[in-house]
Amino acid sequence: MEIVVLVKQVPDTESLIQIAGDGVSIKTEDLKWVMNPYDEFAVEEALRIKEAQGGTVTILSMGPAKTVETIRTALAMGADKGIHINDPAAEGSDALATAKILAAALKEMPYDLIIAGMRAVDGDNYQVAPAVAELLGIPQITQVIQEEITGDTIRCTQVVEGGAAVIEAKLPVLFTAQRGLNEPRYASLPGIMKAKKKPLDTKTLADLGVDAATVGAQNQKVQITALNPPPARQAITMIEGDDPQTLAVNLVKKLHEEAKVL
Amino acid sequence: MAQGIFVITEQRGGTFRKVSFEALSEGRRLADAKNAPLAAIVCGSGVEDTAAALEKYGPDRILVADDASLADYTTDAYTNVIAKAVQSEDPELILIGASITGKDLSARLAARLDAGLAMDCVGIRLEGDDFIFTRPMYGGKVIADVKINGTPKLAAIRPNVMAIAEAPRSSAVEKIDAEAGEVKTRIVEWKLESTDKVELTEADIVVSGGRGTGGDFSAIEALADALGGAVGASRTAVDEGWRPHSDQVGQTGKVVSPNLYVACGISGAIQHLAGMSTSKVIVAINKDPEAPIFSKADYGVVGDLAQVVPAMTEEVKKLK
Repeated sequence: MEIVVLVKQVPDTESLIQIAGDGVSIKTEDLKWVMNPYDEFAVEEALRIKEAQGGTVTILSMGPAKTVETIRTALAMGADKGIHINDPAAEGSDALATAKILAAALKEMPYDLIIAGMRAVDGDNYQVAPAVAELLGIPQITQVIQEEITGDTIRCTQVVEGGAAVIEAKLPVLFTAQRGLNEPRYASLPGIMKAKKKPLDTKTLADLGVDAATVGAQNQKVQITALNPPPARQAITMIEGDDPQTLAVNLVKKLHEEAKVL
Repeated sequence: MAQGIFVITEQRGGTFRKVSFEALSEGRRLADAKNAPLAAIVCGSGVEDTAAALEKYGPDRILVADDASLADYTTDAYTNVIAKAVQSEDPELILIGASITGKDLSARLAARLDAGLAMDCVGIRLEGDDFIFTRPMYGGKVIADVKINGTPKLAAIRPNVMAIAEAPRSSAVEKIDAEAGEVKTRIVEWKLESTDKVELTEADIVVSGGRGTGGDFSAIEALADALGGAVGASRTAVDEGWRPHSDQVGQTGKVVSPNLYVACGISGAIQHLAGMSTSKVIVAINKDPEAPIFSKADYGVVGDLAQVVPAMTEEVKKLK
């Protein structure tokens, strides 16, 4: 089983995000960068499938030089090899352009299964993985919390509003990992040592045959024109009262009469 | 030249998702501002009567793709049918609700159409002739204005944010090509919970619990019941195994925008705040007066949730 996991390096979710001076990007200097939390589920699931069925787990990630740290983290968890797409011309690519680059890399690789996080917690786009599936002409199953492979068929449980759907497809398939799929392992110390020796190729757009004039910041279909802090809230009203009963009465009164939400 | 607005609606078993009405209402508002036609698309099986009921929200046309093969949503069939309709009608803007299905479909459709997609929008406005889409990024820590270059422009709107406005007119109901094409997935089974449970992302009221519950959610559930709302949880409560993953609100969970969000015993970690900051009114109940949640709330109660929440439930019942 050839499994490819799409991984992205993102700011840690505990990070404070500040808007940069240009008004359209964020300050990156003081951020802690980590593997997108949903991608951790994707890597973990890939490793479990490999442990059960045999095969190879390849990590595919696009980003600047520091992305290597995140790929190494996945290798330390147990993935076999990494491919790092690093090209200044790719910087600023929107979701669809990113998918085109990743799909170009995938077209040159063997794969039976592609797994990605259901969304990256920076852009919150939910787009790259389904777009990759479309560009490769393979089925997608998004927001998966359980999967089972039998022969050449995968059966996934997909979260939907109000429950779940069980969906089946023949491989190759791309599915995206939702919280609940598994509990990702931590990299062990021997794992970290081994990861240093695992193969990690770096590719440029030219290596992948992607025309730089179709991607990157200059070719965004979705273009940020301004970033703003979330709207400020009115100052908080602290509810007065000497006992829980009075607090509750006063709160419900405020919600009913002032906020008019009850 | 691309012209007009499409709204892709979502129905299951003849019932539309609420976000479809929100998208239609927003579509009507923008169509009026642009003096452009508005069309609703409905896919399903035996949905012609269901579709006609959308008249209430004012589409000029209702395009119905009706076929047994469209009874259940599949990414392939719905993408095939809708992409064909888009290619033949050439709309400038396509709106869809950013439900789980809407996210799955819009991302695939945008790639098929080689079009830009603004995901999870909380606002759309016109600047001159240009649409500006407002959408949270970094889990709501930053709000972006984006524009989409080229057409069609796709925007998936976050459930529960945009207002529903009725604008009845007699819409022309038209059947469109419903050929599903090649479908590579098969739905084996639906596992749906009882339908009286309010879906977290669509609830008007959410009552959430965190570490301060100590694992006992009975008071939270009782208040949610009394309010007709849904129960949410912090990451701590989920990690402790007190609540299922599907209840988690936050940057790595669900994003909710109810009219009223009641955070009980939740300290307000930045990643939790990201999931609920677009709620209209936020109430924080916490023992610790220094808890960060108070910096994001409209109303604060310093107190023990185990006592305040049941008392609140009793007060709420008196209102009804």
